[in-house]
This record gives sequence, C-alpha cells and structure tokens, in this order.
Amino acid sequence: MSSHFPILLVLFPLFGALLTFFSGLTRQKWAWYIAILATFLSFAISLDLLFSVHTNGRISYHLGGWAPPWGIEYVVDIFSGYVLVVVAFISLMIAIFSGEYVKKQIGPERETNFFAIYLLLVTGLLGMVITGDIFNVYVFLEIASLSGYALVAVGKKKGAIVASYNYLILGTIGAVFVLLGIGHLYMVTGTLNMADLQERLPALYHSRVVLTAFVFFVIGFGLKFALFPLHTWLLSAHSLAPSAVSAILAAAVLKVNLYALMRVMFTVFTPAFIYETVPIAEILFIIAPIAIILSSVMALAQTNIKRMLAYSSIGQIGYIVLGIALANETALTGSLLHILNHALMKGGLFLIAGVIIYQTDRYHITDWKGLGKTMPLTMITFTICGLSMIGVPLTVGFVSKWFLAVGALEAGRWYFIPVILASSLLTAMYFWRIIEWGYFHEPDDPADAADRCAVPWGMMNPIMLIAFLIVFFGVFASIPQELAHKAAVMLLGVR
Amino acid sequence: MIELIAGKYNYWIYITLMMIGFYAVIAKGNLIKKIIGLNIFQTAVFLFYISLAVRKGSTAPILIQSTYGALTPETATYTNPLPHVLILTAIVVGVSVTAVALALAIRIYRAYGTLDEHKIARMEQEAK
Repeated sequence: MSSHFPILLVLFPLFGALLTFFSGLTRQKWAWYIAILATFLSFAISLDLLFSVHTNGRISYHLGGWAPPWGIEYVVDIFSGYVLVVVAFISLMIAIFSGEYVKKQIGPERETNFFAIYLLLVTGLLGMVITGDIFNVYVFLEIASLSGYALVAVGKKKGAIVASYNYLILGTIGAVFVLLGIGHLYMVTGTLNMADLQERLPALYHSRVVLTAFVFFVIGFGLKFALFPLHTWLLSAHSLAPSAVSAILAAAVLKVNLYALMRVMFTVFTPAFIYETVPIAEILFIIAPIAIILSSVMALAQTNIKRMLAYSSIGQIGYIVLGIALANETALTGSLLHILNHALMKGGLFLIAGVIIYQTDRYHITDWKGLGKTMPLTMITFTICGLSMIGVPLTVGFVSKWFLAVGALEAGRWYFIPVILASSLLTAMYFWRIIEWGYFHEPDDPADAADRCAVPWGMMNPIMLIAFLIVFFGVFASIPQELAHKAAVMLLGVR
Repeated sequence: MIELIAGKYNYWIYITLMMIGFYAVIAKGNLIKKIIGLNIFQTAVFLFYISLAVRKGSTAPILIQSTYGALTPETATYTNPLPHVLILTAIVVGVSVTAVALALAIRIYRAYGTLDEHKIARMEQEAK
C-alpha cells in the first residue's frame, strides 16, 4: 500500500473531484466533506513521503510498472517532498475555509462545481510537483491552469470574467512556450525523463536548440509565476477572484510553477549550465530587485486591499528568484524557505481579507476602520501575517529574508541588502496603514461589534492555524530550515 | 540559402503560422479573434512536433513481414510514434482551452454587451 503512495497522492484529489461532481447531483453538502477528506488524505500522504525521503532518500515510482526512461516516473526527493507538503497543507486549509465562504460569496448552487474544480486544481498542482517526466509536467500544468481560469471567473465582480480571460490568454501562451521547450529538448535527446535528460544534455550544452529550449522554459514558466515584466495578468486575476481562490493562486499556484522552473533549471539542466553557460543569473539580478522595489511602491499606491496583496506577491516572487540567482547554499535555502513562508503569509492574508469581505463586504483600506474593535481576532491574525511580511523577528518572514541577505553577502553582492531593507521598509509602510485604520480609528457603528465577531469557526480555524505556524516556524526556524538546506545542497550538488 | 529555406520548409511554415497566431492574439481587439489566434498558435506547435517525428522514406510503425518471413521490427524505417502520442494529448488540451475561452467570451458578452477589448476596458474604467 505505502509503496503506491506517490500515485495515490495525485489520485485522491482526482477521484475526489469526480465523486464531488456526481454526489452533487443528489447531495449538495457532501461536496465540502469530500474536498476536505481528499485534501486531508493527500496532506497525510505528503507528510509520510517527506518523512520517508528524509530518512531513506529519493523515492522513484514507476507508473504501470514501466521502468524509466520509457515509462512515466514519479520522483519524490527532499525538494519535491518539501513543496508537496506545503501545497497539500495550503490546499487542505483553503478547502476547510471554503465551505462557509463559498455558500455565501459564490452561491450554494455552485458549491458542487466549485469544489470539483478546486480538487482538479489541487490534482494538477500535486502532479506537477511529483512527476519526473517533463511532458507530464505540461499535462498537469494545463490541468491546474484550466481549473485556475474557471475558479477566477466565479468572482463576484463583473471584471473577474475579463481577468480570467486575460489570465487564460497569457497562461496558454506560457504553456505553449513550455510545450515548445519540451519539443526542442526531445528533438535533440529523444527522451522525456528528467533524470535521463540530465545525463544526455551536458554534451549538447552549446547546441542552439538546447539554448532555445531553455529560453522557452524560462519565459513560459515565467509567465505562469508572474516573473516581473510578465506579471500583468496577475493583478486583476488575483484581486478579482474570490478570496479563497486568490489564496490558493498566490500561495500554491505561483509556487508550483516556480518549482517547475527550478526543476528544469537544476534537474534537467544543471547548476553548471544555468550559472556558467547561460547568463540567466545576470538577467535575474536586474529583474529581481526591480520587481522587489517596484511592486512595493505600487502596493503602497493601492487602496483596494486585495490589489495591494496581489502587487506584493510580485515582489515576494522577486525574493525567491533573487535567491536562485545568487547561486549559493545560503541564498537558495532562503529561497526555499520563502516558498513555505510566502505560502503561509499570503495564503493567510488573502483568507483574512476573505473573512472581512465575507462579514462586511468592504474592500478598501479606509473602510476597514475600527476593525480591531469589531473583529479583534481577525485583526490580530492579520497583524501577525503583516508583521511576517515586513520581516519582523520571531516570524517566518524574518528567517527567509535573513538567509537571503546573508547569501547576498556570501556571493559578494552586498548591494542587494539595501534592496531587501528598502523593500521591508516599504512593506512596513503599506501594512502599517491597514493596522492604523484597524486599531486607531473608531468604528462607524460600534453597535454591530458583537455581530461581526461571529465568523464561522470553519473559516477562522485555518487562519488561526496559519498564524500560529507563522510564529511557530519563526521561533523554531530550524525545522523547515534543515529541510530547505538539505534541498538546497541537493539542488546545487548536481555538478 | 536555398537549402536553408527549402530543406527545412516545415520549420519555416511552423514559425510563420506561430507568428500569425501570436500577432492575432496580441493585436486583435475582438475577443473571439484572439481565441482564433490562440488556436493557430497552438496548431503551429502541433505541426512542429509532427514534423520532428518524420524520417526520410519511413513508414508507419507497424510490424511488417521481413524478408525472412518473421515479424521483426525494423526501427530504422519507422516514423517515431511518440511525438504523435504527445501531440494527441496537446490537441485535447488545446480543445479544452478553446472551450473554456469561448465559455468566458459568452459570459463577457452577456455582462458587457460587447466583445471589443477596448470598449470593455473603457467600461471598466468608468465603473471605477
């Protein structure tokens, strides 16, 4: 049984989606239970896989018993195990959150379809992370993307459909670029297995076909995870989607696409190729600081909370990319930690924004005045997430920024430290505005305080767990840090 | 020069098609025309995959009677079947993308009463 865990991890949400859809024909309220059960099983399996990888090393699962490089191979190593746990955890939290949220914000009649598509999205994300076959990445990428477009389109505002359409157009261009990259690699090597590609490619590193393939991968995945100049779709898609969807898009979908690019960079190609043969790091050194600073400045200019959070995602992606470009263990550890940390922080922030919109239907910063009094628990969790975004010590945000800064020093590029500091300062400014409106202004109508406190527990519990983990991993940072460090060593060790 | 153009004409066609599609996606204001452009863009990639499978003078990959009377695969004369299989998957994906895009276009038309990108952008601007 446990030898089949790698495939079961993907199958539970996939069959969950089918089951949700068919049970919805008669029993509408089962949809939520099935979604929680399926994502919980995936989370449990991903934890088990991470533990066994941690003790016994790389797991390779051959689909249908066909040995790689002919058959499709699922690979769990310390890097994919780590990302699997992050994705499965976030999707479980958002599944729990969505039950009450969907009923009110999206409509009970669409509940079944929402959860069916949500589970398909989770299937695609988990599949992209676990697969060791590069064409399989494309297939799962499209499963995840198509369900993502559909989920964005259910947003309440009219603009959500247009946002979803633009997301679809740019997302498809990105996916087709990835497909072209795969085609170019297949053309010169005749294989699709990542480990096999890694062995065959070094002889061809200066071939123009391989270089073209690499560029296609960077731009294709870059479009998907909103690498700085390719980020335009993200703003409206993330801000107009329902908050639960924004949370999974920012916390998991961006991370998984970034993971896929890192897989291609470090496993299909090798650090020797990406740091010595192509000038990708030089390009990222320019892009990442611009993304970090510009997105913070733009976030400061926003009055709509969700749009502000969307802008800040672009900067956070910039941090992760910066760590990749710095090319040493410390910085890469920081990047990998930031994958977990940003998933917790931004997932948490979007869910909290969802709670507040659920209770008050207010999107603007100035409308949130007095929320510290009327919705105290929600504002406390918001403050914790906000402090972590700024990078205050004892929160996870501090840990990853610390590793990135030390990594920048180790690489002899001290000038990235002012960039990180300036961005933290700007982040402090745009979160402080909200905290100020929340705590230092009187609410319009103090009488409704009691009413506002009554957020359904199904929605508050995941948020409180996320806020707890932000502080817990901020204090006991060695737990994720050890995993991230091992993964960074593994990725850079392939020389 | 002639070798570069005539010898690799399939790649030239694929690049031309791709650029036509890409142009339509970027430059056209009508949302349906954009979807058509996206389809041309994807079809170009299908053509690329199919043409990289072909070998000169090859046949379909079916077991054939060899001169010794036995059924033996003669790999040298076969077209590579794998890209065809891959592209079947990609075609299915392309159809699904088109379906979702068209569904969104219908919803946009119902909500805004137009399919013109610029008009929709103006209406969004006014709504703010």
